[in-house]
Amino acid sequence: MRNSLINNLIQFNDNRGNAFLLVGDLGYSVVEEFCEKHPDNFINVGVAEQNMAGIAAGIASEGFHVFCYSIGNFNTFRCAEQIRNDIDYHNLPVCTVSVGGGVAYGNMGYSHHAIQDMALMRTLPNTTIYAPVDANEASACFDAIINSKSPSYLRLHKAGEPRITESDSNITPGIPLYASGNRLSKRLLLTTGFCGQGAFNLVNSNTELCHYTLPAWGLRHKNYLPTFAEKYDEIIVIEDHLLDAGFCSWVLECLIGTKHISKIRSKAIKTEGIGLVGSEDYLHHASQLFDIMRD
Amino acid sequence: MMNAKELQLEIRLRAARIIHQAKSSHIGGVFSSADILALLYGEILAKDDSGFSDSFILSKGHCCAGVYSALNCQGYLDDKQLNTYALDGSPLMAHISHKVKHVEFSTGSLGHGLPFAVGKAVLRKRKAIARKIYCLLSDGELDEGSNWEAFMFAGHHKLDNLTAIVDYNKLQSLTTTYNTLDLEPLEDKLNAFKWHVIRCDGHSLPELRSAFAADSNFKPKLILCDTIKGHPISFMANKIEWHYKPPTLLQLDALNVELQNFYQ
Repeated sequence: MRNSLINNLIQFNDNRGNAFLLVGDLGYSVVEEFCEKHPDNFINVGVAEQNMAGIAAGIASEGFHVFCYSIGNFNTFRCAEQIRNDIDYHNLPVCTVSVGGGVAYGNMGYSHHAIQDMALMRTLPNTTIYAPVDANEASACFDAIINSKSPSYLRLHKAGEPRITESDSNITPGIPLYASGNRLSKRLLLTTGFCGQGAFNLVNSNTELCHYTLPAWGLRHKNYLPTFAEKYDEIIVIEDHLLDAGFCSWVLECLIGTKHISKIRSKAIKTEGIGLVGSEDYLHHASQLFDIMRD
Repeated sequence: MMNAKELQLEIRLRAARIIHQAKSSHIGGVFSSADILALLYGEILAKDDSGFSDSFILSKGHCCAGVYSALNCQGYLDDKQLNTYALDGSPLMAHISHKVKHVEFSTGSLGHGLPFAVGKAVLRKRKAIARKIYCLLSDGELDEGSNWEAFMFAGHHKLDNLTAIVDYNKLQSLTTTYNTLDLEPLEDKLNAFKWHVIRCDGHSLPELRSAFAADSNFKPKLILCDTIKGHPISFMANKIEWHYKPPTLLQLDALNVELQNFYQ
């Protein structure tokens, strides 16, 4: 996914685009090609995320689309107020790019686990969250982001994810995309981001399920979901994030006042798993993330 | 258009009036920075057909009554709008707002203005855009780590199109800067961060003029302005309470008299 982003940025600027890439002293073996090809539009700001977010707002105010690249929680929680005040409030085209969404950094530990990031970013009125499941969706997310003049949060996994979605999908915030399974099924798995890979595997072994991803959503994009929910008897929302204030909470907010709210079940990272050492698979298993028979 | 000398008086008169009217706060800091604003809006900021071609970022956003008054004096904000300052339904918030025309950036939480200004400066330097960037900070604000991240970045990247101005009135919210977190030796610290530092009397137009005009030797420039909170009002000068209190009607009358006499 991260290579998809960098390739898209290079291609965009090759065609006289105005993207600017800031990195917080991270991106080894990922960002070098962009730096070599577009050195005037690249800065490693150092280990200083507050400054990076403020600088991003300043550069964006000059007419550039700025991408702030870091990992985990470093470029969200560390500089939350800069994102809120400087970027979102001014509605500037800054994309905060975080690599390692969920527990992708496995045994690196809690400091590197982005399991509350969506809770933070989804409360920003002008910001849209983009969370692709694979490189194809990441590429489609890039197209949507670069065509928007508003702030965004791009939550990436790492690299090497299997491609499970169509390569030519168009992304509209708030509108789920069919991924796999029985289109006539009344049981839906709804995911955002990398954990859709696990849902894809579940659907492959259960012909009664249907899987949709929602790669773009946010505070301003709640209108469509009640209509979408009408088709299903049960909607299982899976997220590699805490339940509290995350993706499922957003789904529930969309359905407030409708009869569909009782259809929702949640599978999320459990707080009991915090502090455990483990690979991403191990930590997903510890939270029974894909054990849809159990709550 | 008023000149800088006229603005010294008029910014203070108008800011005091709207702060009194709104029962708002921060008049002390408005008065300590009023002469810096007078020079900026009277002489320094380059203009074009749409307003200002140079950028001015007020990082000490709580002193926006001074900026709104300066814009009003120079014809960029009409009297009717100015009179809505800090009142219900007005865009003129009591911390500076980009919803007001000719204000580029909203602040209020401290430590945000300089990184934003640095972003504009590095972009304009990279793209050879000649427009300059000025950023006014408070002294208490220098407690914020984000400023020191920005100082380090600007020095490293030799952002000589950027001028930061510190309103060094040596008082912050509860007590002196010395008793809170001693900033000294501030000039040495900023020189060590590769800035060109000039210290001057922040109430003297000739000294300020000279500091703004000085060459910065390919470095970002920092003008460290020694100022007095509440200057030049006898009952306000150097008193923390004027970070909070609005002047009463009697006090407004008294300070108007003092201002007229002082700037005659």
